[in-house]
Amino acid sequence: MNMLTTKQQEDVLSKMTPNPVKISGKDVCVFYGEKQALFDVNLDIPERQVTALIGPSGCGKSTFLRCLNRMNDTIDICRVEGHISLDDKNIYDRDIDVVELRARVGMVFQKPNPFPKSIFENIAYGPRIHGLVRSKSDLEEVVETSLQRAGLFDEVKDRLHEAGTGLSGGQQQRLCIARAIAVSPEVILMDEPCSALDPIATAKVEELIDELRENYTIVIVTHSMQQAARVSQQTAMFHLGNLVEIGDTDTIFTNPTDQKTKDYITGRYG
Amino acid sequence: MVPYILLALVIVAVVGYMVGRSRALSAAGSNISSLHSRPAYHGGFVAILASVPGIVLAVLWAALAGRVMNSIVRSEFGRELATMDVPQVEAFLRDAKAIAFGGVVGFRDETKERAAELYQSMQSISDIALLVVVAVIAALGFFYAMSRVSQSYRARHFVEKFVMAVLVACSAVAILTTIGIVLSLVFESIRFFQKVPLFDFLFGYHWSPQSAYEGAGGGGDVDNSRVFGAIPLFTGTFLITLIAITVAAPLGLMSAIYMADYAGPRFRSVAKPVLEVLAGIPTVVYGFFAALTVAPAIRGWGESIGLSVSSESALAAGLVMGIMIIPFVLSLSDDVINSVPQSLRDGSYAMGATKSETIRRVVLPAALPGIVSALLLAISRAVGETMIVVMAAGLAANLTFNPLEAVTTVTVQIVTLLVGDQEFDSAKTLAAFALGLVLFVITLCLNVIALRVVQKYREQYD
Repeated sequence: MNMLTTKQQEDVLSKMTPNPVKISGKDVCVFYGEKQALFDVNLDIPERQVTALIGPSGCGKSTFLRCLNRMNDTIDICRVEGHISLDDKNIYDRDIDVVELRARVGMVFQKPNPFPKSIFENIAYGPRIHGLVRSKSDLEEVVETSLQRAGLFDEVKDRLHEAGTGLSGGQQQRLCIARAIAVSPEVILMDEPCSALDPIATAKVEELIDELRENYTIVIVTHSMQQAARVSQQTAMFHLGNLVEIGDTDTIFTNPTDQKTKDYITGRYG
Repeated sequence: MVPYILLALVIVAVVGYMVGRSRALSAAGSNISSLHSRPAYHGGFVAILASVPGIVLAVLWAALAGRVMNSIVRSEFGRELATMDVPQVEAFLRDAKAIAFGGVVGFRDETKERAAELYQSMQSISDIALLVVVAVIAALGFFYAMSRVSQSYRARHFVEKFVMAVLVACSAVAILTTIGIVLSLVFESIRFFQKVPLFDFLFGYHWSPQSAYEGAGGGGDVDNSRVFGAIPLFTGTFLITLIAITVAAPLGLMSAIYMADYAGPRFRSVAKPVLEVLAGIPTVVYGFFAALTVAPAIRGWGESIGLSVSSESALAAGLVMGIMIIPFVLSLSDDVINSVPQSLRDGSYAMGATKSETIRRVVLPAALPGIVSALLLAISRAVGETMIVVMAAGLAANLTFNPLEAVTTVTVQIVTLLVGDQEFDSAKTLAAFALGLVLFVITLCLNVIALRVVQKYREQYD
C-alpha cells in the first residue's frame, strides 16, 4: 500500500502551507450504515486559498466535503468519526450549533439549485433567517454586494424580482454562489460547481472562484483536472476512501509522488 | 345463443393466430429475417380479421334484436294494442316474452300466447341468421387475411393500428358516458327551468319543494315556483364545506409535513396503511359517528355553556366530514411535498436554515400549487358528500350561517327529491336535476381551477 501515513501527511502539510490552517481534519472516518466511505483522512485546509479535491467517482471526496459543514447530518444512516476543527474548534462537538456552523461554512452544489423565488429573495433568504439585517435598505445593500461579488449584478440588476429559475444554468450557479456569500461565510464548499455548465459559464465561475479567494477559504470538488490545476493552490487526491496524496497544486500536477495520482491526472486511469 | 357465438369467435381467434403465425413462418422459409413483420404479428392480423368483425356484429345484434322484435310484435298486434295505454302495452310485451322464454308471467290470455309464439319463431330465425352471417364474415375475414400473409406484408402496422383503435374506443366510452350524463342533466334542467324561472331558483330564499303541489291537486301553479329558491341549500353546502375544510386543511397539511420531512421510515410504514384504512371507511359509518357521537356531544357541550344547539347541526356534519377528507388532503400533500427536490432542501440547510425554516420558506412555497390542488379536490369531495349530512345535519333548509343550527345541502336535497314514488315530469323531481347541474358546474369549476393552478406554477422548480 502506498497510502501516506499520518506522520508523512503532516510533514508534507507543514512544509507547504504558508497560510494559517482554517480547517483541519484528523483521522476522519465516515460510514454509510455498515459501509465505510472514508478511512482515516488527515487533511489541513489553509485559509484564503483554494483547495481542490480530486479523484475517481466514489472515492469519497464529496463525502469529505459534506463533513466540513455537517451536511451529512441530513442523511440518517451516515456516521462521522474523528476530528474536524474549524479555527481549532471541533465542529462535531456537542456545543456546536449546526445552524451557526453552516452560516460560517457555506456550500454550492453540483446542480444549480436556486429556490423557486425571485432573484432578490434567493439572496435575501440567508440574511433573513440569520437576522443579519435590520432594515429593508440594509437588505437591498447586502443583495447588491453579494450579486456584485458573484459577478452577476450587471446581468440581473433590471430583473431582481423575476424568478431565479429563469436564469441560464451558469447564471443560476453564480446566483447560488451569491446566495452563499450573502451570509458572509468564512469558508465556501463547492461540490463540482461547474459539472452542469457549458465551457463559457465554467470559465466565468472559475474566474469568480479565483477572485473569491481573496476573502474566503474555498474547498472545491472537481472531476476536471484542468479546473483543479487552474483554480487551486492545494490539491488532494482521494482514492477508494483514502487520501492518497496532498500537496501544492503545481507539484501534484508536474511531479506527483504517488503512482495512482500520476495515472489519474494523466488520464490513464479513473 | 350470442354467448356461444362469442365463445366460438374467441376459439376462431386463437386458431387464426396459430395458423397465421405458421403460415408466416413457412412464407419466410429458412430466412426468418426476410419477413417484414414478426410471425406473431401475422398471427394477430389473422386473428383480428377473423374474429373482431363477428364479435362486433354479435354484440350489436344482441343489443338491437330485442327492440326489432318488440316493434314487429307491436305492428302485428296493432289492433289489440290500440285500446291499451302505455303501461298496459309494456305489461303485454313483458308477459308475452315471459311466456316465450320463461319467467314470471302476470296473467295469461290467448293474445299473449299468440304473441309469445311469434316471439319464439322470431328468436329462432334471428339466432340462425346471426349464426350464418357471423360464420360468413369470420370465414371471409380469415381467408382474406390468410391470402395477405407474405414476406412483405406489413402486419405489424395493422396490429399497431388496431391496438390504437381499441384504446381510442375505450377512452371514447368514458368520454361519451360523461357527455351523456351531462346532457341528461342539461335537458332535464331545461324542462325544470321552463316551470320555474332560473332567477327564482338561483336567488330565491325559500326552499320547500315538498309543499309545492300538495293539497292543491297539482297542475297550473305558477305561484309555487317561489318554493324552489336554492339559496338556503347553497349556503348550507358552503357552511358545511367551510367547516370541513377548516378542520381538514391544517390537520391534513401538518400531518403531511410531519410524514414527509420528520417521520422515520418505520413510522411511515405504519402510518400509511392506517391512513388507507381511514380513507376506506364507508361514509355511512362516518354518518353514524356524526349523528350518534359527535352531534350529541356538541349539543351537551353547547348546553353546558348556555347555547342552544339543535340535535342535528352543521357543525357536527362539518367536523366529521373534515375528518373524512383528512386522508385525502394528507396523502395528496404528502406526495407533493415529497416531490420537492432534495436539492432545494439541501440548498436551504447549507445556508444554515433549520428544518422548520426550510419547510416554511422553501418546501411549502415550492409545493404550493400541488397543495392548493389537493385542497380543491378535497373541497369538491366535501361538496359532493351526502351521507354524513343526511344523518348529522338534517333536512331542514334553513337560511343561516349559524353552525349550531340544522342545515341541508344540495346533495341531500337531491336524494330527498328522488326518494320514493315520483312522477318524472313534476317541477319537484326535475328540481333534482337542476341541483345536480349546479353541483356539477361547481365541482367542475373547482377542478378546472385546481388544474390551472398546477399548470401555472408547475415549472417553478426542476
